Amino acid sequence: MQNQFSNLSRRSFLKSSALAGGGLLLSFSWLAGCKPNTEELLTLPEEWFRMNGYIRIGDNGVITIMSPNPEGGQNIKTSMPMIVAEELDADWSKVIVEQAPLDTENFTRQFIGGSQAIRVGWTPLRTAGATARLLLMQAAAKSWNVPVSEIKTENGFLNHQSSNKKAHYGELASLAATLPIPEEVTLKNPSDFKLIGTSKKNVDVPKIITGKPLFGIDYKKEGMKIAMIIQPPAFGMKLKSFDASQAKRMPGIVDIFQVKSLQDDYKRTFFDTVQFTDLIAVVGNSTWEVMNAKKAVELEYELMESYEEKRDMFGREGSRFVPGGLESDDSQEQKMQEASKNARVQRKDGDPETAFARASQIIERTYTAPFLVHNCMEPMNFFAHVNGDKVHCAGPLQKPELTEQALSNRLGIPVENIEIEMTRLGGGYGRRSYAHWLIEAAVISQKVNAPIKLIYTREDDMTAGIYRSRYQITYRAALDENNDLIGFHINGGGLPENPLHPNRFPAGAVENYLVEGWEVPSNVTTGSFRAPRSNFNASAEQSFLDEVAEAAGKDPLEFRIELLKKAKAKPIGENNDYDPDRYIGVLELVKNKSDWGKQENGISRGVSAYFCHNSYAAQVMDLKVENGQVAIQKVITAVDCGIVVNPDAAKNLCEGAVIDGIGTAMFGEQTFEKGVPKNKNFDTYRMIRMKEAPKKIETYFVENNVDPTGLGEPAYPPVFAALANSLYQATGKRIYNQPFSKQISF
Amino acid sequence: MAIFNLTVNGNSKQVDVDPNTPMLWVLRDHLDLVGTKFGCGIAQCGACTIHMDGAAVRSCQLPVSAAEGVKITTIEGISEKGDHPVQKAWVEHDVPQCGYCQAGQIMSAVALLKDNPSPSDEDIDNAMNGNICRCGTYTRIKAAIKTASQNV
Ligand code: FES
Ligand code: FES
Repeated sequence: MQNQFSNLSRRSFLKSSALAGGGLLLSFSWLAGCKPNTEELLTLPEEWFRMNGYIRIGDNGVITIMSPNPEGGQNIKTSMPMIVAEELDADWSKVIVEQAPLDTENFTRQFIGGSQAIRVGWTPLRTAGATARLLLMQAAAKSWNVPVSEIKTENGFLNHQSSNKKAHYGELASLAATLPIPEEVTLKNPSDFKLIGTSKKNVDVPKIITGKPLFGIDYKKEGMKIAMIIQPPAFGMKLKSFDASQAKRMPGIVDIFQVKSLQDDYKRTFFDTVQFTDLIAVVGNSTWEVMNAKKAVELEYELMESYEEKRDMFGREGSRFVPGGLESDDSQEQKMQEASKNARVQRKDGDPETAFARASQIIERTYTAPFLVHNCMEPMNFFAHVNGDKVHCAGPLQKPELTEQALSNRLGIPVENIEIEMTRLGGGYGRRSYAHWLIEAAVISQKVNAPIKLIYTREDDMTAGIYRSRYQITYRAALDENNDLIGFHINGGGLPENPLHPNRFPAGAVENYLVEGWEVPSNVTTGSFRAPRSNFNASAEQSFLDEVAEAAGKDPLEFRIELLKKAKAKPIGENNDYDPDRYIGVLELVKNKSDWGKQENGISRGVSAYFCHNSYAAQVMDLKVENGQVAIQKVITAVDCGIVVNPDAAKNLCEGAVIDGIGTAMFGEQTFEKGVPKNKNFDTYRMIRMKEAPKKIETYFVENNVDPTGLGEPAYPPVFAALANSLYQATGKRIYNQPFSKQISF
Repeated sequence: MAIFNLTVNGNSKQVDVDPNTPMLWVLRDHLDLVGTKFGCGIAQCGACTIHMDGAAVRSCQLPVSAAEGVKITTIEGISEKGDHPVQKAWVEHDVPQCGYCQAGQIMSAVALLKDNPSPSDEDIDNAMNGNICRCGTYTRIKAAIKTASQNV
């Protein structure tokens, strides 16, 4: 048990209880535990009582729980309310889940990103549930005239055994809502959890499978127009002039004009990344008409000059040099080679030079990966209605709180006058953290003085930037005469981002260790992509360790465990950013579940493991290569992410990570020819399809009582190397460059 | 602009649009049926899959002028209560992640099972090859199709 200060202020409580609304919202919601049959919906309560920002209890015992964070497929819209319901001792089959709007007073960190929703939400969500439960118990004690300590709760009911009194939550909700919020509450002992750790169905599935409007792109409002933008065709170019006289006369077109999204003097913050701020907006009555008019606008572009961009990086002054010029693959590669020769030291332990000088064997390998496009299946879009000094927006985005600031600044309208509704995200993976399209939508709405929905075509989406950076890492390993790893050297960087995590494994496990990093400025915009930086580090490092193990004559899985044991027994250096025991734990689990060491005819297997976002993951992949075609038979994933809230949903997320990782490793690539992104749609940007997915995926979780850590990302980075390492076993060929499909057919 | 008479989910509908307008946008913008999704607009992703006389087609490639005189079915019309065996199997396997591709996946799966009630793995792979899922729910989709095939 754990005592927790409730932190729910009286002020916000009073304010929220005044808001206790009727059953209006119910018509949009399904009961959490319910099948998609309307007659199975419970009767609506006549009155709702607000316990706090998260919980409303109806007079008939039906409970509404707000899910604070945006939902983009991580299934937190189910698992976050489950955490509240657990501490509340609610009956899950009587819970209605609602998506909360952006509301900084009642909720904290309404983000998607860094696999942190459950980790950061864990205590606040539990506290919200426990506080409401205590209020109900106090109300029962008061009305039954018995001590609160004798009241028990279970499944939405309160009872007092010796007086034989029993009531459902709804009966005491009105009294509970008038009691002062307790300052301190006691949280359950994890071993007493009843709901957490059981699999509950995704609360939105009934709507998803019947095609109900859920996504931003489905949003509609009376009088709404459709808007699209035209951006420059190449990075390094900007708009010079345009002629829309003909396009404006096309059917259904309302207006065509130039817009400026972010002003040049605006001090951008971390997620205000966007290259193209001078755009053409096309506004019309329907999507098809706007798409056609877009093609008829005549445009002229000119070269952009280099500039220095100042940024406020969460309070730290930052700046980015943005070079002019039109970049191509070769010119980028050349710059990367040069930069790698002028790397700066990011970590140094022992005496790497001497270690390499006395090595009996040195292995050196270079790994590369191209730009990647997020390719959310729902193209970027947002609804905006700027009405005088009031703004109403709705759509899919990952960091509403941060975007609200940028929007307020751009429109000169205070944050209090901006309302942001969060719709379900048709994928995020980092892309929807960079919400320039929301600013664009609002600026367009302001100009036409009407509600508009901005939609990107797939081509707009794929060529707008915010890619995963282009990376390269060279590893060198020194083995002594006993095949012990005595030296390790990493030289890595990217265009424009440096991917290295200098304090991660195998740092701490090798006596002599050197990490050097570099960056190359670029005018191609990049940003976070599922498991940022880790997605490449893991693929390179875990492929390399496989090769080092082989050179040392050791089993690749045992070799990793051996290094981790060393790091545990006598950690080298400082700030080592992982827990060797938990790392070993996932390797042991995957070893056990995969029956590692067993040889099956025609099956090749590879192993990989990684730590990121506070969680540990290891994989074993089994595949066959027949007539030059790869067929993945099975992937086994072992994860340690602490307590698992909703196991089946957690497995779904890990299965997705496996498939996404294989697809990205095999096919993912964006390249440039004189600044022009080469891949503009799925005809050339190849995505993994069903027949390339593994025939079987198994996921296992380490069982412990550690508070939950991330899960949206950790199972993704190791997949790349599990694939590369099993492909090596099958073909005898090591793969150093992504996408793998350039070297092997899939 | 021209008038088109359509049969969508068993209802007669009339729209006045440019004859080249893809059914995708007729459904989404003019008939308020937004379950059919836009993903690529070039027949590569399957998010816009609907049925034309029971066969799966990409609605982003189907001009409204070619949709007269046939029966159009969308995700909103495959069952009244969301209880088509394929939909039920989707619930049972808790298939979706972000969910955006799923309407298209379901439409392809329903069309497959109509023609081939007990498909092999290979049949499923082939029928579903036009549907991309960026979240990677393919193994669950396949499992759900197998479950549904026992109940159609
Ligand atoms: S939108 Fe029609 S296939 Fe992608
Ligand atoms: S569930 Fe997200 S694209 Fe398929």
